[in-house]
Amino acid sequence: MRGWFLPLAVLFGFIFLYAPIVSLVVFSFNESRLVTVWGGFSTRWYGELLRDRQILSSAWVSLQVAFWSANLAVIVGTLGAFVLTRFGKFFGRLLLTGMITAPLVMPEVITGLSLLLLFVSMELTLGWPAGRGLTTIIIAHTTFCAAFVAVIAQSRLRSMDESLEEAARDLGAGPVRVFFDVTLPVIAPALVAGWLLAFTLSLDDLVIASFVSGPGASTLPMVIFSKVRLGVSPDVNALATIIIGFVLVAVIIAGWLMRRAAKRDIG
Amino acid sequence: MDGRVIAAESKPWQNPSAQPFISLRGVTKRFGNFTAVSEVDLDIYRSELFCLLGESGCGKSTLLRMLAGFELPTTGSIRIDGEDMARVPPDRRPTNMMFQSYALFPHMTVEKNVAYGLLREGLKKSQAYERARDMLRMVKLEKLARRKPDQLSGGQRQRVALARSLVKHPKLLLLDEPLGALDKKLREETQFELIKIQETLGVTFIVVTHDQDEAMTLATRIGVMKDGVIEQIGEPREIYETPRSRFVADFIGTVNLFGGKVDVAAPDMMRLDLHELGPVLVPPQTGLTHGQTIWGAVRPERFSLSRARPENTQNAWEGVVEEMGYIGHMSQYRIRLANGVLIRVSQSNRLRDEDPISWDENVWVSFNPAAFRVLTE
Repeated sequence: MRGWFLPLAVLFGFIFLYAPIVSLVVFSFNESRLVTVWGGFSTRWYGELLRDRQILSSAWVSLQVAFWSANLAVIVGTLGAFVLTRFGKFFGRLLLTGMITAPLVMPEVITGLSLLLLFVSMELTLGWPAGRGLTTIIIAHTTFCAAFVAVIAQSRLRSMDESLEEAARDLGAGPVRVFFDVTLPVIAPALVAGWLLAFTLSLDDLVIASFVSGPGASTLPMVIFSKVRLGVSPDVNALATIIIGFVLVAVIIAGWLMRRAAKRDIG
Repeated sequence: MDGRVIAAESKPWQNPSAQPFISLRGVTKRFGNFTAVSEVDLDIYRSELFCLLGESGCGKSTLLRMLAGFELPTTGSIRIDGEDMARVPPDRRPTNMMFQSYALFPHMTVEKNVAYGLLREGLKKSQAYERARDMLRMVKLEKLARRKPDQLSGGQRQRVALARSLVKHPKLLLLDEPLGALDKKLREETQFELIKIQETLGVTFIVVTHDQDEAMTLATRIGVMKDGVIEQIGEPREIYETPRSRFVADFIGTVNLFGGKVDVAAPDMMRLDLHELGPVLVPPQTGLTHGQTIWGAVRPERFSLSRARPENTQNAWEGVVEEMGYIGHMSQYRIRLANGVLIRVSQSNRLRDEDPISWDENVWVSFNPAAFRVLTE
């Protein structure tokens, strides 16, 4: 039974996961204006895409947001993970553990709404952030991306031989030095993987960004979504294909880095 | 072994006025309800090679980590070279440690690993690397200076770790199972190399090990630990020949243990009544009284085997060879006495063409009374 069942299950799994994506990629090279009718091969919609100011500017917004929130998420997430794995027991540890991973399980609508409320009331009381736009999206994305980075960094810190840090202490390095000389380089591959994950998550997010963005700061997913509501146009397919390409590359690099780090641990 | 003048031959621990280099007083470490180390008093002298010996979980590693500063004693004080270590963090202590896992920094080359401690000391880069290379030359690894740790074999990593922990010339070097990960042959070679390095540099070594052979070979003195307590401190010979308790006698080497009572305790003769052997005559010993419960320990090599009843001793028993194992330089026997008691005996094979005692032969087992060690604990 195992002889045919396993390959078949794998085949169905792959079809289930990737058939929509494959059809999207195929139709992005469709000549016809009608999305569902094949009119011959063409790269026409890619050209059209490049002339679309709105899409280009929103893509730029998305890249900026993704870049900065990935950076911030790596910093915040690493610090959180470090505190949780290295500081032993301290007051409020359990609470912090819960809070750091909460964004992973929180429905995005709630995260978005609560952040919106926070930003509005902060603007009223502190005067910052003035209005909503790039900054608020970056902050919002940092919060949930940091959770993912923290989980990755935590598992790496746990599996890391703690005597490496002790050895550096023993050789005369203070705690801060140890962190930058030993801990950081050793967990670096995991942090790069975390950065890439944060980048793609941010690039992908529609719900939270919709809540906390303001005029003039529409991310790519927001623009696509509003376009699709008026009917799917073929240039969206082209755009989606490009994004899939980017994400694919990022995921492959992240996976490769994690595997290399794991291997080095064993060896 | 003849070069070990410093501590092994001057034996400062026998001199009551000698100043200990490291002194632990009433050191206790608790983790929650678990007491890892309990009320340890210990003096270690300059240039000693002291071995802490015990099974895993006996608290020997915790004691080492307290000396390095990674754990703080719950109570008690640790002094190194006269200085109280209570408030000194690990990076300011005059100690260095060689870790069981070696803990080489995987992202640095061998020479960077070794130079790391010197750079933290504030040494100039060129000087630090020069001294690192000198140290690598000493452990015969100068050719591999540019390699990363994962490109080295186990034995090479062990030497890098040793070089890294010695390069700062610490007053005290702590070694946690330094040879544990090496195979037997390499371990034996490295043992003597370690002794040589220790002699050359004159650094005080404290070695934690669970391997009694290693402790016997390396140490000027051994501290045998059990359940967080040091059971006995002494030179290897002392620990082997005059163990203080049944645990120590049994832990170090092989031993035949017998239980019994003191029968006669006169100034000129002493007779014991043992469950396994019956009456036994031993040299008189102070501090024992009639009827006291005692144990007796005899090492396998202290028994003699003969086909005829030995004439000059009363301490002789008849038995049958049940098992025999020929090892080369010696043979091990298990002798079943008439009353069913099993005795382990080993005989060295001095002559090539002697007629060895073999399976199922009737033999007499005897021992010189001086070989009998009376234990009260």
